[in-house]
Order: sequence, then C-alpha cells, then structure tokens
Amino acid sequence: MSLRDRLEILADAAKYDASCASSGTAKKNSLGGKGIGSTEGMGICHAYAPDGRCISLLKILLTNHCIFDCHYCINRKSSNVRRARFTPQEVADLTLNFYKRNYIEGLFLSSGIIKSSNHTMEQLVECARILRDEYDFRGYIHLKTIPEADPELIHQAGLYADRVSINVELPTRKGLTRLAPDKDETQIEGAMGKTKARIIEAKDERKRFKHAPRFAPAGQSTQMIVGADDANDADIVGRASGLYKGFGLRRVYYSAFSPIPDASAVLPLKRPPLMREHRLYQSDWLMRFYGYAPQEVAQATDKNGNLPLDIDPKLAWALKFRDQFPLDVNRASKEQLLRVPGLGTVAVQRILRARRHRTLRLDDVAKLTQSIAKVRPFLVALDWRPTTLTDRADLRSLLAPKEEQLELF
Amino acid sequence: MRAQRASMQNVSLGAHYVVHMPQPDDFAYWRERARALIQCDVPPDRVSWVEPGGTGDLFAEGGPPRRTRRLPSPGKDAREVRVPRRFLRLARNAILHSDQTRFAQLYLLLWKLQSNPRIMEDKADPNVRRIEELDKSVRRDSHKMHAFVRFREVRDESGADHYVAWFEPDHHIVRANAGFFMRRFANMNWSILTPRGCLHWDGTTMRESGPARREDAPQGDPVEELWKSYYSSIFNPARLKVGAMLAEMPKKYWKNMPEAKLIPDLIAGAQAREAGMVAAGAREAKERPATLDAIAAGVSACRDCPIAECGKRGVMGEGAETAPLMIVGEQPGDQEDLQGRPFVGPAGQLLDEYLAQVGIDRNAAYVTNAVKHFKYVQRGKRRIHQSPTAKEIDTCRWWLEAEREVVKPRIVLALGASAARGLLGKTVSVSRARGTPIPLEGGAELWVTAHPSYLLRLDGEARETQAELFARDLTSVKARLDALPA
Repeated sequence: MSLRDRLEILADAAKYDASCASSGTAKKNSLGGKGIGSTEGMGICHAYAPDGRCISLLKILLTNHCIFDCHYCINRKSSNVRRARFTPQEVADLTLNFYKRNYIEGLFLSSGIIKSSNHTMEQLVECARILRDEYDFRGYIHLKTIPEADPELIHQAGLYADRVSINVELPTRKGLTRLAPDKDETQIEGAMGKTKARIIEAKDERKRFKHAPRFAPAGQSTQMIVGADDANDADIVGRASGLYKGFGLRRVYYSAFSPIPDASAVLPLKRPPLMREHRLYQSDWLMRFYGYAPQEVAQATDKNGNLPLDIDPKLAWALKFRDQFPLDVNRASKEQLLRVPGLGTVAVQRILRARRHRTLRLDDVAKLTQSIAKVRPFLVALDWRPTTLTDRADLRSLLAPKEEQLELF
Repeated sequence: MRAQRASMQNVSLGAHYVVHMPQPDDFAYWRERARALIQCDVPPDRVSWVEPGGTGDLFAEGGPPRRTRRLPSPGKDAREVRVPRRFLRLARNAILHSDQTRFAQLYLLLWKLQSNPRIMEDKADPNVRRIEELDKSVRRDSHKMHAFVRFREVRDESGADHYVAWFEPDHHIVRANAGFFMRRFANMNWSILTPRGCLHWDGTTMRESGPARREDAPQGDPVEELWKSYYSSIFNPARLKVGAMLAEMPKKYWKNMPEAKLIPDLIAGAQAREAGMVAAGAREAKERPATLDAIAAGVSACRDCPIAECGKRGVMGEGAETAPLMIVGEQPGDQEDLQGRPFVGPAGQLLDEYLAQVGIDRNAAYVTNAVKHFKYVQRGKRRIHQSPTAKEIDTCRWWLEAEREVVKPRIVLALGASAARGLLGKTVSVSRARGTPIPLEGGAELWVTAHPSYLLRLDGEARETQAELFARDLTSVKARLDALPA
C-alpha cells in the first residue's frame, strides 16, 4: 500500500479523537539547534476542516491493527475496516515534511495495540525519539499512552512529549466493562496517577536544577465517549471533576459517540445529539473558570440527570436558583457576577474595572457585554431594576434561543 | 509652566507640520517624532502624517511638493512624556494597520493621555476603541499569517532545499513577524513573498526585499497531495459545521492554501458519506423486540451478516419463557437447520444425556445459540460446519441479548468459546473461565463450559478427562440452580 493510502486509513481512524490542542506547553525554539520547530505558548490552528474543528497537529495512528475489542471503536479486533501501519521512521518523516511547509504545529500520535501493550508503546516512543533526538525537532508532540504498558515506557514518553494522554474512554466502570472488555479502570487510573506524580516531580526538579529534563510540560489530558453507555450528564460531570482533582488533568475531552462504520451490536440504539457534547463542555468551563462545584452543575440537570439541550447549563442553574438574583452590578462580588447568565469572564473583568470609575447604568453594562437582553433580568444597575422579570413563570421561554420557523419550500 | 514656555519657543503659532514616515511600519520613527511634537505642544489638528506612497497630507495633493516646515525640536529642558505601558503595547501593534489615519489616531490618543493619563481604561472613548480595534485586527492578521503561510519546496542553484511561500497580509505585518518564522524555522532556507515586501532567511541572516508578485512563488509541491489526503481524511462528515470553519478561516485566505480547494467537494459529499456511515451502523436505529415471537420473526428476517444467506432458516431458541436456566450453544448444525430447533443433532443428544445424568430438566430451561444461522461449506452431499467469526457472533449478539431480556434467566450456561463471546462481548478461554461463575449485566451469573461437540471429536483418555470436566461443570450449575431462592 502506498504512503498516501496508509495516511488516508490511519488519519481516518484517528478522527474520533477530539483533542487537537497545541497550547500551554513550555516555550522553545530552534535557534541554536540543528533542526526546526518552536512552541510559543499559544497554539496555532493551521487549517479548519468543514466540521468546524481546527487542524493543529498531524493526528494519526501508528497502526489501526488492534488486539483489543472495544465495541465503540472502529479499530476493534472484530471490525472489518481496512488495516494499515506506519513505521516510526515514516511518521517522523511525514511530520517533518508537513512541519517544514507550515501545515502543522506538531504530531499527535496514537495507536492500536499490536502484539502487546509494551511493544506498541515502544513504537510510539521510538517515533518521538527519532523526531527529538535525530531531527532535533522542537515542535509540539502529543503521545497517547497505553495504560497497560510498562511505567518506564510511559516515563520515556513524557520525556519526549509535550503532552501525554490516557483515555478513560467511558464515564462509568460498568460501561467500561461492558464496552471495553479488555480495559481496566484501576489500571487506567493507576497510570494517570503515576504520570501526575512524574509531572509534579519534574516541575520541582526544574525549580532546583536548571537543566533537569522536562516531563510533559503541557500536562496530561483524557477523553470520554459520551452517549455510548447509559451514564447521564451528572455522572459524567462528577467523573470529570474527579479526574481534574485527582490527576491534575489539563483537559477532559468529550467525544459524542458518532456512528462508526461497522458498529458493534451492543451499542446504543440512538446516537446522542451533538448539542450534548457542547453542553458538557460548557459545564466543564463552569467548573474550571466560573467557580461552580460539580454538585452545582448537577443541580442544573433535569430529573434524568441530564443537562437541558435547549439552554446552556449556566442559565439552567440561574433559573433554578432565582432567589440568588437579581444582583447589583455595582456591588456584587466577582464570584457572584460570574454566575450571571450571559456574563463571561471577560465581561466580568470589564465590569469590575469600569465600576471603579463610575456607577454603572444599564447602558454602560450594555457596552461591556455581548447581549444586554440576556443579562438584564438578572442584574440591578443604577437606572434599572428587573422587578417583575425574575419572578415570571415564563422566563425560561423568554431567554431560551427561539426555534427558527422554517420557510415553505 | 516654565518647561512649556521653553518648548513653545520652537513652535511657530498656527503652523502646520507634516511628518513623512520612511516605512509604513516604523514605530521607532513615529515615536521619536510624536514625542518631540508633544513636548512642543503641537495639537493633533496641526500635524499630518504621510506614509510612503500615501496621501495622508491633504496639502501635498497635486502640484509640486510643498516645502514642509521643519519639525520643531524641543529644548534641552523639555518635560518627559509618560504613557501607560498598555498604550505602548497597543501602539506598537496598531501602527502596522493599513488604515492611513493610524498615525494621526495614535497621536490624538497620545495627546489626550497628557491631560487624562487614565483614558485607556475608558472603553467608551471612541479614540481608545478605534486603537483597540486596529490592534485587534493586526493581531488577528499576524496570527493568520503564522497559521496560513504555506511553504513549497524548491531546489536552488546550489542544490540546497529552499522553502518559498506566497502570502497576502491585510496589514504591514511582514517585518514584525520575521522573528516568529526565524525562531520556528531556524535551520531551514526560506523566503516569504508578499505584496508588501519579502523576507529571506538562510539559516544565519535575515534579508528583506521589495514587494513580490504571486508569479514569483513556486507553483506546487508533491507533499501537497499527501497533505490534501490528510485534510480530507481527518474531517468527520457526521458533524458538518461550515459556519464555524468560515469564522476562523475566511474565504479570502483560501486561494493560497492547497487544501482549501477540497472544501466544496467535501461539503457536498458529506451528507452522502454520513448516510453511508449510518447505513453501515443501521442496526442501532432498530428497536429491540420485546417478545420471543417478535425475536423469532426478526431472526428469520435478519440479513445483517453473510451467514444469513447460508442454511435453510434462522434457528430460534426454545423452551420455557421464564426459565431460570438458559443454555447457549454455538450455532445450529445440519440437523438443527433441517428441523428448525436447537440442539437436536448428535451434540444435542449428547447434551441431553449429560443433563439427565446430573438431573437438569431440559424442558424447564431455555435453549438457544449464540449465532442463529448454520454456517457451512458444501462438500459433495455433506454440509460441513464452519466456526462463526467474532464479527458474526457480535452481530448476532443483538438477538441473544434480546432473548436474555425476555427470558431473564438467573443462570446462563455457555457451551464453548463462541457462546461465551456472545454473552460477554470478548473472547475468553474455556479452560480458564470454567468452574467459576462470571456476573453478567442484569444480575445473572454465567457459567462457561466446553461444547458437547468437542467431546464428540475426542477419543480415549482425552475424551474421558474432558467428559469428567464437562459433567463437573454441569453438576456445579445444577447445585447453583437448586440453591436459587424460589
């Protein structure tokens, strides 16, 4: 098979991995080196695909042969997809060729399990080693690590890569046993715990010794598949927050289970709406940047434990706890303002700065926010008091985005 | 006051000054001149700023170039001009904008800052907002340059690799971004050609040259084909979001990006590709039947795997509808296919013998198979049994799960590895799994043992050993059955 055919198969197989981030790593450049590559903090999206997702990294599998049989995965052993494999050298050359033409920020390499977990992990590490040691490549490398592999190999991966990730795959242990029978939650979490310890250790060493080796400076992340098992949003949010706390993860990615060719028969009857993934990301943001506790996000869910699809979780929470509003925009604390639906972190920052100079009127707030209509019912300003609005029974329908009336055709 | 008076000495009252910028992006030059003018208290409406080739000087239009008044120079004791750090940061960037009024706008803001040092915080001031807009669009343009420059490889005269790109920036950002590309491609020979000037790096020095035309850039690169393959493969047709793509990659950039030529076809083909993906997984959309009759009808109509075309019929399970024990075999054999009932052939007879021996009543159990059709190859008149593949077992698992949901057995006995796979979704070894129950979802427990046909294939001592193990497994199941609370 030609290089191009294999690239098509192995890129196609990698598209179900959500992450393509290249940000948040240590600054480095190729001045004074032999090779090329730089990372300057901010990630760069070199292209966008028509699915709206950014293409920042060359995201491929080393091989899609796999001895595991996870039902949601297109590359599982019992699936009839076309198989292909790259050698580590081929991936390294491809990465460099793309990088030299400024197509990408670096490499995101993952793999199906061939022969054994250790063998596969060795191949992944070998590819990173060729790039770093032989080509002196200083761009971004994200390695997917295999929890069952020898900790020493995972350690090496972290020394070469900017970011390492281990997928928890499913939000519940039950789901994992059912859909990924060869994987084991204890093993996954054990590997994450070890990686966390190594990251902290390396950071500490660098404080004391200037030339101590870096270990995964962009941290570790994970991915969860949403909608393949019966876990509800409250379960997922709880699990994600446990992962953030327990393993110091930089990101938890959600991937809505999407129909895969050659799907296994034990998968759910329906695929989840794409909006569900979006709502989960929003709740993720609420926890990371807006000071919501996971229990509070869970309070925004409906009786089945799922977040509403028609309105965002922050609005859902505010509608449930109306006694907290309206807030005086001139007096409320930062933490309180962050809870107002429609106010983002930037708008809150602007309000805090502006109110040092003057007492804000509704007009002033309008200049500082995206949409005054959305925040108005929840705020009191110098010349504005939403007396009746917050008590209205139909407030939700007033604020939820309108369904578009379709045109006759 | 004294300092001001001193500076005023150098200014002619009512005079108008014109500053000719040597480069459209020369911040240092603008800063020097602007500082001197502020020190001499020249108000914004008395200064014109002209960029090279520009028409910023209203008085200079047409006619011979007017003799410009020499700029005032502040005295030695002129006061210091101070600005917030944020102004400097914004001004450095905003000056790269292609808006011809940018120098004047910046000077106006600098002038206002002298009387109101906190004006930068006032987001309502139109001047501040304009400068912020300029800064923002320049930052965006720079970011897009980092992202969308596409190099093409050429061999130069000395045989060395040279990477050349053609890019069309909106603003005067080329020189300001030289450092980024130098740090990134430090050990590569590259050139970036733009209509606003070019950059050339040979691994040690940066050289600048005048504006270039698109024709000056090379026209293609074999690696582009690989990149295009990657671009179309990584795109997931099941989630088309064209708006999100256009917001970040506006059409004006497309003409210089090789992959962008694929976009129209990718969008047009997306629905068909997604439909294909859904059809391949169409199974998911079906409701699971809730009665044994409905399952039987479904099984005989099922064509989800190639085995369905083999054999005469799909063989459904049989037995008590609420049996505490479910016995699962591999697949119907020749006799089963002919008679349409499970476990009636030689293996079935052997199973019956053993069941009777340990005291399990077959009629009180539900007997079925992991795969519902007979898979065989024709050899002369005989139909020779073929083992189902893992894929076939998994496809048929749908029906087995449906049966298990209806019958709700407390104990499930899997005969052979295929049956175990049908129940667990993964392959287990019979010799390792036998003897201890495995909990199944829904609370039932699974016992795994060999398939009776395995015993039929053995001889002598091996058969005796295996038969003993088989009988022992059945005895354990019987014991568990008896121990079940009524």
